[in-house]
Formats: sequence, C-alpha cells, structure tokens
Amino acid sequence: MAAVHDHDVAHAHDHHPTGLMRWLTSTNHKDIGTMYLWFSFIMFLTGGVMALTIRAELFQPGIQIVNPEFFNQLTTLHGLVMIFGAIMPAFVGFANWQVPMMIGAPDMAFARMNNWSFWLLPPAALLLLGSFFAPGGAPAGGWTIYPPLSVQMGMGMDMAIFAIHIMGASSIMGSINIITTILNMRAPGMTLMKMPLFVWTWLITAYLLVLVMPVLAGAVTMLLTDRNFGTNFFNAAGGGDPVMFQHIFWFFGHPEVYIMILPAFGIVSEIIPTFARKPLFGYSSMVYATASIAILSCIVWAHHMFTAGMPVTGQLFFMYATMLIAVPTGVKVFNWTATMWRGSMTFETPMLFAIGFIFLFTLGGFSGVVCAIVPIDIQVQDTYYVIAHFHYVLVSGALFAIFGGAYYWLPKWTGHMYDETLGKWHFWLSMFFFNLTFFVQHFLGLAGMPRRIPDYALQFADFNMISSIGAFGFGLSQLVFLYVVLKCIRGGAKATAQTWEGAKTLEWTLPSPAPYHSFETPPVIR
Amino acid sequence: MSSKAAAGVAGIVAVAWNSGLAMAAADPYQLNLPEPQTVIAQQIYDQHILVLWICLAIFIGVFGVMFYSVVKHRKSKGYEAANFHHSTTVEIIWTAIPFLILVGMAFPATKTVIAMKDTSNPDITVKATGYQWKWGYDYLTGEGEGISFLSNLATPKSQIDNAAPKGENYLLEVDNPLVVPTGKKVRVLLTANDVLHAWWVPALGVKQDAIPGFIRDVWFNIEKPGTYRGQCAELCGKEHGFMPIVVEAVEPEKYAAWVAGQKTKLAAVAVDINKEFTLDELKAKGEAVYSANCAACYQANGQGVPGTFPAIAGSKVATGAKAEHINIVMNGKSGTAMAPFKHLSDVDVASVITYQRNSFGNSTGDAVQPSEINQLR
Repeated sequence: MAAVHDHDVAHAHDHHPTGLMRWLTSTNHKDIGTMYLWFSFIMFLTGGVMALTIRAELFQPGIQIVNPEFFNQLTTLHGLVMIFGAIMPAFVGFANWQVPMMIGAPDMAFARMNNWSFWLLPPAALLLLGSFFAPGGAPAGGWTIYPPLSVQMGMGMDMAIFAIHIMGASSIMGSINIITTILNMRAPGMTLMKMPLFVWTWLITAYLLVLVMPVLAGAVTMLLTDRNFGTNFFNAAGGGDPVMFQHIFWFFGHPEVYIMILPAFGIVSEIIPTFARKPLFGYSSMVYATASIAILSCIVWAHHMFTAGMPVTGQLFFMYATMLIAVPTGVKVFNWTATMWRGSMTFETPMLFAIGFIFLFTLGGFSGVVCAIVPIDIQVQDTYYVIAHFHYVLVSGALFAIFGGAYYWLPKWTGHMYDETLGKWHFWLSMFFFNLTFFVQHFLGLAGMPRRIPDYALQFADFNMISSIGAFGFGLSQLVFLYVVLKCIRGGAKATAQTWEGAKTLEWTLPSPAPYHSFETPPVIR
Repeated sequence: MSSKAAAGVAGIVAVAWNSGLAMAAADPYQLNLPEPQTVIAQQIYDQHILVLWICLAIFIGVFGVMFYSVVKHRKSKGYEAANFHHSTTVEIIWTAIPFLILVGMAFPATKTVIAMKDTSNPDITVKATGYQWKWGYDYLTGEGEGISFLSNLATPKSQIDNAAPKGENYLLEVDNPLVVPTGKKVRVLLTANDVLHAWWVPALGVKQDAIPGFIRDVWFNIEKPGTYRGQCAELCGKEHGFMPIVVEAVEPEKYAAWVAGQKTKLAAVAVDINKEFTLDELKAKGEAVYSANCAACYQANGQGVPGTFPAIAGSKVATGAKAEHINIVMNGKSGTAMAPFKHLSDVDVASVITYQRNSFGNSTGDAVQPSEINQLR
C-alpha cells in the first residue's frame, strides 16, 4: 500500500507534461475542468456576438445590417452555441472541478474518457461555426431545426447535425463519468443523503442526459436521412409526419432545459448556506424536489407544441403536468428563503449572484406558469413573451448561477481572491442591463410581436430600441468578468483553505489552490 | 438589491395591468394583450390578468420575507445565525398551498380549452393555406363558397429597405384581406404547401400551426366590425417576418355585397383558360407573377443568391426542355426550397414560365399556353 502511495506522489510531482501537451493529454479533473470552463466562455462570447448582431438589426424597424436569411442563421446558431457550447459545458466544467473535491475523491472515475469527452467539443464547435462558410450558409431554421424547413437548408444543416451528434456523444460520456464517480468514489461515511446538494443535482442531471441525448441523436439522424437518403420520416407526401419530429425533439428538449437548470440549483444551494452561515433548510426535500422535477420534466414535452394542434385531452394532460412542476420548484425557492431567514448574512459577489438568481429565476417561473396555461399560451407561443421567459430562466437562471459559482470557487481554483469591487460591479451591471433587455420583451410578446423576425411593425419600435440598448450593455458588462478572472489567475491576495467563513463542504478542507490530486487519502465523514 | 427594487418591479407590473386595460390597437407602449374581439380572446385576457394578480401576490409574499431577511439578518448588523434546518409541517404546507392555487388556475383554463376546440356547426368554413411567403384563402362552405384568392404583403420593398417613409400599418397590410361577416361562427381549416407556418390574429385569440399534408382547425366569431391584424408565427424561411394576416370583419349585408363582387371577378377570370396568348402578352403577365412569387428567392434579375438559390438566367431548366420546366414549377423539387406552385392559375403558371424562358438573357422563344398547363391537372 505504501509503495503504491509513493508512486502516486512521484507521479503527481514529476511526470505530468507541461505546455500544450499538458492540456492535450490531460487526464486531470482540474485541468479538464479548466478547459471546459474556458471553452464555454469562448462559446459564450461567440454566441453573444451573434445576439448583439441580432439586437443591432432589431434596434430600428426596417432592414439595416443583415439580410433576413443571415438573420435566421444568427438566431439559429445563437441558440445552438449558447445551449450546447456555453451553458452545458460550463456545468460540466464545474462538475469536473468540484465533484471529486466535494465527495473526497482524488479525481474522476474515468480519467482518459474525461479527456476524450472534452476534446470532442472543439471539433464539434468548429463544425457548427464552420457551417457559416458552407454553400447556403449556416442552418436557418431556428435551434429547434423543425422540418420541413430544415430539409430545405444547404449542407450547413448536415454540418450542424454532425456537430450535435459529436456534442451529444461528449455529453453522454461526461455523464457516465460523473455518475460513476459519484456512485463509487465517495469518501467513507458519505452516504447519498450526506452528499452536498451540488453533487446531488449533477447526479440527477447526468441521468437525464443519458436518457435524452440519444433521443436527440435519433431525431437528427432521421432528419439527416430525410435530407440525403430519400427517407420520409417527416415528409407528409411520403407518408411521414412533420409533427412527429417535434414530439421527438421536445422529448429531448424539455428535459434539456432542466439539464441546464438543475446544476444551477445545486450551485445556489451551496452558496446561500455559506453566506447565511446557516445550514440549508430542508435538505432532503431539496433532493426530493430535484428528483421530482427531473421525472416531471420527461412528461411535459408537448407544452412546446400547444399551437401545433392536438386533441383536447392531450392539451389538458400536458397543461396539468406542466403546472405541477411549479410545486417542487416553489419548494426550492421557499427553502432558499428559509435558509436565509435568521441567518447572519454577508453579501459577497457569489451571494449577490445567488440572490439575483432566485429573484429573476422566480420571475421566469411566473411567466412559465403563464405559458403553461393553454389558452394564454395560444397567445404567447412563438412570441417575444416566450423569448423573455426562457432568457429569464437561462440567463438570469443558469448563467447567473454559473457566475455565482465561478466567484465562489475561484479562490479555491487559483489560490487568489478575486477583486470584490469589480465582482460587485459585474453583478449590478449584469442585473440592470439584463432586465433592461428582457423585461420589455414581455410587453412586446403580449402586444403581438412574433419571435424570429428580422423586421417588425412600428408599434414595437420603442421597446425594441430599449431592449437593444440593454443587450449591448449586458454584453459589454461581461468583459468585466473576463478581466476579474484573468486578474485573479495572475495574482491577488492569498486565499486561505477555508476562504469563506460559513463554507462547510469538503473542498474547503483542501489548501487553496487545491492540490493536483484532490484527496490522496480519503477523508472520513462522520 | 433591496426591498425598494422589489417594490419598483411590483409597481411596473401594476402599471402594466392598468394601462393594458385601456389600450388602443397600435400604441407603441402597449403592455398587455390587444383588446379582445371574441369570447375566447376575452376569456384568455381575463385568465391572464387573474394569473398575473396571483403571481403578484406570491411575489410580494416570498420576496417580502426574503428582503426583510436581507435587510435585518445581516452579519454587519451583528445578527447571530440561528441553526434550524427543517420543519416537516412548514414543508407540507408550502407544498400543498401552491398545489391548490394551481388547481384554481387550471379550472377556468380547462373550460376555455374545451370551448376553443369546439369547431362544430360553423356558418362559414374557410381553408387557409400557408405558402412561402403568403397566405391563400379558399371559402369552402357557407356564404361565399367558391371564392379563392392569395393574400400578399402590401408594404412596398422600398419601405423595408428604408428608402421610403414607413406607413402606418408597416408590415401588417395585405393586398387581399380575409373578409368575414360579424356575428357568424367562422371555422378556419389550416394547412401548408411547403413548410410549417402559423396563422395568428391576437385580437381573435386564435393561433394555429399550418402543417403541410395535415389539416388543423380553429374557429372565431367576431362581434364588432373592424380590421384585425396578425402575422405568421412559425419560422418559415427568410420572408417569415413578411407574411401578415389581415381579417376584415364586416356586417352581414356588406359581406353579401363583397361576395357578389368576388363572384363576378371569378367568372371573368374563368373564361380565359382556352384562350391563346401571344408571347408578349404572356411575358408581360409573367413578369407580375414572377415578382409576386419567384423574385423573393431568384431575385428580380433572375440571378438567384449564390450558394442558396440557383440563377434562372442561363439555367439548364429555363433554357432546356419545356416539359421539365413546367414539371418543376407545378410539382416543386423535393429536398430543396423549390415548392410546388400548382395553386397558381393556369394563366399564371403559363405566363411565368414563358417569362422565365424569355428573360434575363434566356431566349428560347417558347410561348407556354394556359391550355398546356390545364392538361396536366
């Protein structure tokens, strides 16, 4: 045993390569986590530039900057890049860094597969973004790539389909790795119900990913053969059904939105108790709520299709099931509030982002209930109301949690404290400009502005202008974040092992920055 | 963040509702759904207001507690943390109460859903077909049976390109609106010719996807005469933002007059079918058909868009065998954006093909006659 241990130490300090090879051949959960996070940030900026081009075109009525075709390519790629390139890899990056440290393990279970699942992403991203340069341009059918429109596209669509296949494979491998790590490598004494909530939410998310990514792969493969090999899965003239694609797509698509929000719940559930200096209220009900949300998320997909037309019983079933999700989600918000209640709170940047998350995510939840009610959804489906709704849950939901988590764990990752003043600026600027961008979009949608249009009626002009100004402010505010992170990597006040007074999870028992192999001897949990 | 921010947001929401109640149709600061014109649209409007009030109450409750805590329970004020971490009673209560509230919301919604789906016993049935990028209307049963026309965007291109000042109904105006009588139940059957579209008129509380190869239906019964505007609501390609819907509701007597006028027009067009046209006549007519149906993709000069839409100028189809050209226009080309154009009249198809074969530098000299198209139907 001692010999093995010696070998490990020698390995840790002598043999890992430096320079480019360190990153290309890395099997270390921290290096891979870092690469995931940088990859996702680059994709976030790429998708952000697309969003700003969209908002620049919509600044005034009329066609000014991009033609309608390119506009559609931008909206499509903005969605695909942000979902598959920015948000999902960011959470996998968090899982890589934090799961081993939070369960007292040295690394992930499948270290080489971990390398492979990351290095699949850059080629997939190149394929996806390269479609802009293909004849006919990038796919322009919306991120939902509904046929028959997506059958009309040029070969950029095939490139996007392959990119989705590769990213799906990467997600599945990443999830299997996370599930195996969590189920097999917990420190002695850490029972499932003693795991930190971030680990719990990722465990459930990983199961959802393994369940639904193959479904998406199936949908896009059928699309591929419809496009290139003369099949008629979605072609009515050949006996197929275009609406079948929507059912299959959303059987993936709805759990997907919870894949993007459950780890965010996890991060917020770590941050709030730390800065309230009080244990998380209702730990077990949090776990059960997460699990029920995941299960319910698999039986609500057709609420994305209320206007596609379905029998009255179908509409009612999907309406009731969707409304039910509000119950466990409400439980979470109440639990966070109860955690803060009678705590001893301080408001460092992670806490600001966590409270901002709860506040704005709840607004997105309210508009979610509005959308769940079939008659109202008939009016708001495919309008800017829906755009506002899902940006409230994905930007001020998932993204704010990612920022909160980044500030929370940066000292552990880099060994330095970040610039607290600039962090707070980043929060308040993001908060202000986010709402400026998206709150008015509720009004636009209710008043009748459809989504995915490059030009609009004059009555929508003022709110669109406000929204565009907000979008540019929000985009530029993110450069503050980039600066804070770079500054924190390069130096700053030394972070202590504990860093945050109220933090209780295992990673805070390790020195900052955390050692190469997190826990070489497992800690014992009592 | 402070409780002020919460009060501010609550204030904005409250203003939104109040001003929404007295909203004119094209108010640039319209905050709510448009003024409802049908029973269903009214129910939707009322349910939306109800849900907003419930959400506001919950919002004030939850964030009132949270922001009280944020203000009072701070370390900087020397507040000591308590150590409680669960309470089964409280957790059961805040699971059960939201459930009951949701049941309360679902009850009226269920009644409306059932009413929306009841398309039985209509006075008039109209089929609306989505094309890239226009709507076609066929009056199938009831008063006006047999009337059929296409409805194109009427806003000139110069306004879209900012070369001319934008009109009052910019992008929301069409050449031929759907005319319906007031006080009658109108059932609309929806389908599409090429890709998905969606037929949406907010004031009528109607939105339904149009699906190629399938039929869906919706209904409305408009009480007040007026012009109600909407847009295609499902992404259908590059001109998705440019295929509006205009419904004109008129009193039954006016509707009868409109029907008589349309029938006269229809009879005038019908006699043309077997007439022989000269090449120049066909070309002149074809140019108009081309700019309404083909120019969006192939461009006014027939050069297409490189990489996306092929050129007609010098193309194999437009300079090769006539039969193949006719076949592609009539039936489309699967796997591409070229949709079938069978829905155009024989004269229109014949003249547009003639125009394409004798313009943009193409000079086959072929004159395609309407009778040749008619034989293929």
